[in-house]
Amino acid sequence: MLSLISTMEGNVPRSWTPGMPIVSLRDVRKFYGSLEVLKGISLDVRKGEVICIIGPSGSGKSTLIRCINGLNGIQHGSIRVEGLEVNDPKLDVLALRRKVGIVFQQYNLFPHKTALENVMLAPLLVLKEPRRQVEERARELISKVKLQGKENSYPGELSGGQQQRVAIARSLAMCPDVMLFDEVTAALDPETVKEVLVTIKQLASEGMTCILVTHEMGFAREVADHVYFTDGGVIVEHGPPSELFNDAKDPRTRRFLSQVL
Amino acid sequence: MFELIAPFFHDLYDKTGLNFNIFYDRYEYDRFLSGAVISLKLMFGAILLSLVIGILGAWAQGVGSRVLRGAINAYIQAFRNTPPMIQLLFFYFGLGAFTPQVDMGGYTEPLVSAFAWAMIALGIFGGAYNVEIFRSGLEAVPRPTLEASESLCLSKWQTYRHVTLPLAFRICLPSLTSNLISLAKTTSLAYVISVPEMTYVLNQVWSDTINVPEMMLILFVFYVAVVALLGAGLHFLERKLALPGFGR
Repeated sequence: MLSLISTMEGNVPRSWTPGMPIVSLRDVRKFYGSLEVLKGISLDVRKGEVICIIGPSGSGKSTLIRCINGLNGIQHGSIRVEGLEVNDPKLDVLALRRKVGIVFQQYNLFPHKTALENVMLAPLLVLKEPRRQVEERARELISKVKLQGKENSYPGELSGGQQQRVAIARSLAMCPDVMLFDEVTAALDPETVKEVLVTIKQLASEGMTCILVTHEMGFAREVADHVYFTDGGVIVEHGPPSELFNDAKDPRTRRFLSQVL
Repeated sequence: MFELIAPFFHDLYDKTGLNFNIFYDRYEYDRFLSGAVISLKLMFGAILLSLVIGILGAWAQGVGSRVLRGAINAYIQAFRNTPPMIQLLFFYFGLGAFTPQVDMGGYTEPLVSAFAWAMIALGIFGGAYNVEIFRSGLEAVPRPTLEASESLCLSKWQTYRHVTLPLAFRICLPSLTSNLISLAKTTSLAYVISVPEMTYVLNQVWSDTINVPEMMLILFVFYVAVVALLGAGLHFLERKLALPGFGR
């Protein structure tokens, strides 16, 4: 399904149709000063696909995912989300971010808003939808992430796993087409990791396009359609999880997997 | 009120010699009341002005140009590093000399009264501290929280209004409380430019009637009561705005 990646070089057509990759990266390079953290990344994600990016710390995974919704800028190459070029100075950033939801490692909920208010804030202010409709959807989302009864709790009163699920609901409230997950279980206790992963798995099974940076290899193996192994700012190897986890070609991939599996 | 307390304090004076004439002499009573009102007005005005300056200054320090940021820094240095009494004298006698006089029909009055100068000077004095206090609050709002807001498509202004400010205000409220309390007390310095506030009025009373200890006591009680009330109000606000798991 994804073998096109290495053959499709350079020119991505300007207009986007639903048959094309929903997210498409071509030769993405990013520098922090003189330090090159992404050294030419190309990958495609099709609608409904779940891809996982794995790799050692400092390999540029989080930077990569943050570039997709424009939180970090890139210096070279192209990132297209439904035909919107992220690396375009005239880009309508809000239009891009309407399509792309992101969930962070540290949840980053608004501590002065209850769980329900966290979910409702953006639809009320940005989509300018009527309050009743927003609240109805927010309550649905909160029960979708299995937090019924916690609507009026403040983030400080919730466990890490619960906060992370509120963050997922908050992101979903904007009805994104693509969800980015940036090491969303890395800050959680082992026993709460599962409840977050179950939520993501459910989303994936409903057809949400998901890009995950993760250290949960078992999870990547289970839910990913395609896994990318990055090291030192490049994609070393990629393939379906069965291939990558059982039959890695590159010695770097094998060494990494032998350490984490 | 006056009729109610006057006999008691008159009696007190007759029997013990403790002369609280502001509570039984109609003329002194009115002086006392007007001093209290002017003190409260001055506190209110100076605090309000200092808050406006603080919010605008901190905001400009975050987004303004180099020149603007430099100017705000110079302002903070100038007004934090000079005594407030000197500032009052500077505004009233220094700048006051250049403000136009208004013809009141036969006599002239300065366009800016001593009271207005005191309010301006003290507002600017307190504002210099408030800029730094609000800035500390704004800078303490976690950057990732703002990134989350950005990612949810909130505009810069919406993020400022709904995320940054509510959090920054909670963070800086304790230091804001101590600065506002200090500013409220500093209003007594308006005495030096003859604003008839509480300190000035009671000083006149004790000069006229030589009842210094009694009037000193009243002066203490007045400031203790007013400042305690202000502090209690701000602490109440702090408790009301406290968030579970945030900042403690």
